[in-house]
Amino acid sequence: MTEKQGTALKEGIGLVETQYFTFAHPPQQFGLDSGEKLGPITVAYETYGEPDADFSNAILVPHAFSGDAHAAGWHEGAAKPGWWDEMIGPGKAFDTDKYFVICSNVLGGCKGTTGPSSINPEAGKPYGIDFPLITIPDMVRVQARLLDHLGIERLLSIAGGSMGGQQVLEWLVSYPERVRSAVVVATAARHSPQQIAFNEVGRQAILADPNWKNGKYYDGEPPVKGLSVARMIGHITYMSDASMAKKFGRRTGENGKAHPFANGFEVEDYLHYRGLSFVDRFDANSYLYITKAIDDYDAARGGNLSDVFRSLEAKLLILSFKSDWLYPSYQSLDIVRACKRAGVDVSYCEIHSTYGHDAFLLEIDEQTTLVSHFLKKVFGGGKGR
Amino acid sequence: MKAIQDKIIDWVQPASSVLELGCGDGELLARLVAEKGTKAQGIEVDDRSIYLCVGRGLNVLHEEVDSALHDYADNSFDFAVFNGSLQRVVLKPEVVLQEVLRVSRRTIVGFSNFAHYRARYQMIVKGRTPVTPSLPFAWHDTPNLHFLSIGDFMEYCESRSIGIEKMAFFGEGGPVRWLPNLTALTGLFLISKKAAE
Repeated sequence: MTEKQGTALKEGIGLVETQYFTFAHPPQQFGLDSGEKLGPITVAYETYGEPDADFSNAILVPHAFSGDAHAAGWHEGAAKPGWWDEMIGPGKAFDTDKYFVICSNVLGGCKGTTGPSSINPEAGKPYGIDFPLITIPDMVRVQARLLDHLGIERLLSIAGGSMGGQQVLEWLVSYPERVRSAVVVATAARHSPQQIAFNEVGRQAILADPNWKNGKYYDGEPPVKGLSVARMIGHITYMSDASMAKKFGRRTGENGKAHPFANGFEVEDYLHYRGLSFVDRFDANSYLYITKAIDDYDAARGGNLSDVFRSLEAKLLILSFKSDWLYPSYQSLDIVRACKRAGVDVSYCEIHSTYGHDAFLLEIDEQTTLVSHFLKKVFGGGKGR
Repeated sequence: MKAIQDKIIDWVQPASSVLELGCGDGELLARLVAEKGTKAQGIEVDDRSIYLCVGRGLNVLHEEVDSALHDYADNSFDFAVFNGSLQRVVLKPEVVLQEVLRVSRRTIVGFSNFAHYRARYQMIVKGRTPVTPSLPFAWHDTPNLHFLSIGDFMEYCESRSIGIEKMAFFGEGGPVRWLPNLTALTGLFLISKKAAE
C-alpha cells in the first residue's frame, strides 16, 4: 500500500471490490435494439454507502466512454482511486454518508461487463465482431436489470457526464417513473456531425491497423497502434487550446525524438503516453462498438426532445463547461430548451472552466456545490412522488 | 429594498408559478417559495449568483434574459417578475416585455424612476447625469442600460394595450402616493395583456 493510498483510504470510501451479476441465460436471452439476442450477460458493478430500507437514497452513476464500474474508492494495490472518487465519498458531492451510489460497466465494455472481448459461449472464444451491435438504450436496459436484481425500484437520482450523460437522458426517456432527479453533465441529446467525425477518425485508425484482423486479434498482437492513435485524437478533443497551452506550452519532452518528423514537444510525448497506456486498459473492439452506440444515439428518436420529456416528473440539473468544445454549451441548452417546452423542473449552469471537456472530471468544487445542494433539495423533498 | 420586495410578495398569489428574470442571488424567489408556496424559476446570467440560487434550493437557469424566454409556451407562468432588471439586463426591453407578457399571465415590473425631482434638479439645474438613491451609479460604471420614468412606462403600457392592474411607488422613506413621477424613486407595476377586443 502506498502512502497516498493509505491517507486516501482513511479519508474516502476505502477499499472496494467489483461485484458481478449474470442474467439472460439461454434460452431467456436479452433482446437488443438490433433485434438480436444476447446472453448470458454479466454486469460488473460497484456500490458505495448504505442503502435505506426502501432504497430511497439510491443514485446510479453511469460512466463516460472509457470509464468502468470502479467509480470511487481504491482497489487493493491500485495506484489510483476510481474515476469519480473526488465526487463520491463521505462528505463529497455524492455523499456516501447519506446516499447509496451504484456504478456499473456498460454493455459492450471491456471492464467486466459482457462485450466483444468476452467469451462467446457458443464459439468458446471471444465474440470479436460477432458481438451484436449495441445501443445506449441497450446499455440502459441492462442497468435497469441490475437495479431489479438489487431490488431498487426508483432512483433518488442518476448522474453522468459525456456518454454517462447520454445514459442519464436515456433513463429519463425509457424509465421516467424510476427516476426522481437527474444530473446531466457536458452531454448532448444527439451527436453533431463534428462529434461523429472525431469518433470516425478513431474507428478508422483501429480498422487500418493490420493487427485488427477483422476483430479477431485476441490470440495475437492487438491493434496497439490503431487504438492508441484513436485515443490520442480523443484526448485532443477532451482538452482546450488554453489547457494545452498551460499544460505543455512549446516545451520539449524528455524522451527526445521518437521518429524523424517528431518535434519532441511535450504535447507529443503526452499524447503518445496517453495512447499507449490506454491500450493496456481498453479493448479496440469495445472502442468500435461503444463509439458507434454514442454516435447513433438520439434521445428524441428523430423527433423533438420536448415531446419525449412531456409529463416527466423528475427534476433536472444540467451542467456544461465554458471551454468544452467537444460537447459545447449549446447542446446542453438544447436539453434546457426541451425542459422549458415540456414544463420540466430544471436548473442549468455553464461552469467557468478552461479545461475543455475534461472539466467534468476536474472542476470538482463547482460541481460539488451544485450537485450536493441539488440532491439535498430532491432528497429533502419527501420520498413520495 | 425590503418594502418593494414585500409588495411583490403581497401581489403574488399563493401557490402560483413565478418566473423571475435576473433573479440575482435568489433572495426574492426564496421568499416567494417560503411565504407563498410558489413554484419558482429564476433566470440569471451571473454564475456566482447561480451557485447561491442552487444553494437555496431554487430552479435557476444560467442564461441571458433576452434569449431565455423564446422556448416557453404561452402562459407557462402565473407571474413573471422584473425587479430592477428590466433596465439592467435586457438589451431589447420592447421585445422582452412582449415575450414576458406572452409566457406569463401577469408581470410585475419594478424600475428606478428617472424623473424623480432630484434627478430632474441634477439634470436641469446642475447639468449632470442624475445619481439618486435608486440610480446610485456614475455614468461610467452604471449597470443600467435603459433609463425610464414612471410616466414613460404608463404611457408605454397605454400605447401597447397593456393593462395596469396594480401600481405602487416608493420614495426614500417608504411608499409614496402623491405625484409619483416626481416623488417616487421606484415604480412597481402589475401588468397583463388586455384581452383581445
